[in-house]
Amino acid sequence: MSPLMRDIALLALAVALVLLALTLVGERMRARRAQPDTAVEVFMTRVDSWWAMFILFTLAMLAGSWAIILLFAVASFAALREFYTYSARTKADHLSLALAFYIILPVQFLLVFFDLQRAFAVFIPVGVFLLLPFVSVLRGSTERFLSRVSETQWGLMIAVFCLSHIPALMWLQRPDQEPGRGMLLIAFLVLVVQTGDLAAFYTGRGRGWKRIVPGLSSKTWGSALAGLAAAAALGLVLFWITPFGPFGAAAMAAVASLAGQVGHLVLRAIKRDRGLRDWSHLIPGQGGFLDQLDSVIFAAPAFFHLTRLWWQTG
Amino acid sequence: MMRRMTSVPAPEPARLPAWRRFAARVAGQAIVLFARAITAVHADWRGVGPSPRQRVYFANHVSNGDMPMIWSVLPQHLRLKTRPVAAADYWLKSPLRAFAGGEVFRAVLIDRRAGERTDDPMAAILQALDEGASLIIFPEGQRNQGPDPLLPFKSGLYNIASARPEVELVPTWIANLNSVMPKGEIIPLPLMCSVIFGEPVTLREGEDRRDFLTRAAAALAALRPEVRP
Repeated sequence: MSPLMRDIALLALAVALVLLALTLVGERMRARRAQPDTAVEVFMTRVDSWWAMFILFTLAMLAGSWAIILLFAVASFAALREFYTYSARTKADHLSLALAFYIILPVQFLLVFFDLQRAFAVFIPVGVFLLLPFVSVLRGSTERFLSRVSETQWGLMIAVFCLSHIPALMWLQRPDQEPGRGMLLIAFLVLVVQTGDLAAFYTGRGRGWKRIVPGLSSKTWGSALAGLAAAAALGLVLFWITPFGPFGAAAMAAVASLAGQVGHLVLRAIKRDRGLRDWSHLIPGQGGFLDQLDSVIFAAPAFFHLTRLWWQTG
Repeated sequence: MMRRMTSVPAPEPARLPAWRRFAARVAGQAIVLFARAITAVHADWRGVGPSPRQRVYFANHVSNGDMPMIWSVLPQHLRLKTRPVAAADYWLKSPLRAFAGGEVFRAVLIDRRAGERTDDPMAAILQALDEGASLIIFPEGQRNQGPDPLLPFKSGLYNIASARPEVELVPTWIANLNSVMPKGEIIPLPLMCSVIFGEPVTLREGEDRRDFLTRAAAALAALRPEVRP
């Protein structure tokens, strides 16, 4: 067994054990109550969704880089659909949006697949940014023009550009490493950011801490710090799957969790503006793809560029 | 007076050869899958549950995708018993449409050219109800291209309510489909749609046609999700 396969197997085993423990805890809670309890059922639905994501992701890692790209391209498509369903648009944007879904999104993920790092970094933020509004202009309608093109671009930035940094982590590896180890970085990022979010969510209840944005979210400064600490702790534990040392891994995990928690609040503000509680109900117990991925989407570019910076200077 | 005849006879599924029935079933599943993959269409059973009562789902009409959309969100056991009421001139235009309309959706086809038609569309509708089918109808009678949420309803819904009072009339709002494929566009956008089923509307004692239709239209329009400025 190659060291990479060994590490994937070890990581999968560890995550499976944690999920198994959560499932058992949930079943015990279920058994103890005479009637079905909403909180327990929501928790169990979430655990089931985690199982599904874990299995899909593990299979994709075993299948290779194309499967990882495909997995995130599908997630990106679903996230973009959720965003554009509620974005400002008129009939004049029909072609722009069709291009976004059917051309720009696949091209971005192909650029990731072929590891064309320079093209991948400028295609949407520069090329599409400058040219796509022109497609809307051609239809002649200037009604709320700036809102429409801005929201179209914002959707692409979040749901395609930033999201595509998650699979792009695959290519981040030092020449002295075994090829393919970058995949473990994706697992690392997703695990530490998720853990940070969950820790922030479950520690924040009823402690009288000061809320960060009263009226928008129950997140407090205390719970945010607890989230960072939990992410850092998990990062420390998982350092063996990263190219960083133990403390480097903990620091990277904390930074990723910080970006993630910021992203969660930003997307929550957008949802609030649109009168939404969740973006969709496609993932049972979690809401939509954007609800599930919001923090990872924000964390991925920060994590990607910091990792590169680290190696260039280190 | 109701005449017991269909305006355009739809082929009876049972009398078709097995391979045609199989083709219709496969095509039906393909339509359901396609609708779910593109629009992630979601059923919101707000006023009634998906129970096997005989019903007439009456819905807003903005796009040719409306009927397949309702059809797709119905659970399989209800879908098999539900037939759309549709325009014969549209669904008999080509062999492919005739296959889709007649064999996949098993539509009750009616002639909407009031002046030229030879038989009564209500007869076909009531016959389908008497055979036990649930129906999907679009009481506006045509696609709504204007800014108003609904066009004035035609009388069909009232006629059904007075002739078959035991059938539940369920207002059914199809949300967002117009953005998926506005008139004149050829590429559908993958935006999320939902189909919202409201509380059934029943004809009140002594209620006249116009009052009933206004009330039914209001019940349907009330399901419309809030539109952001």
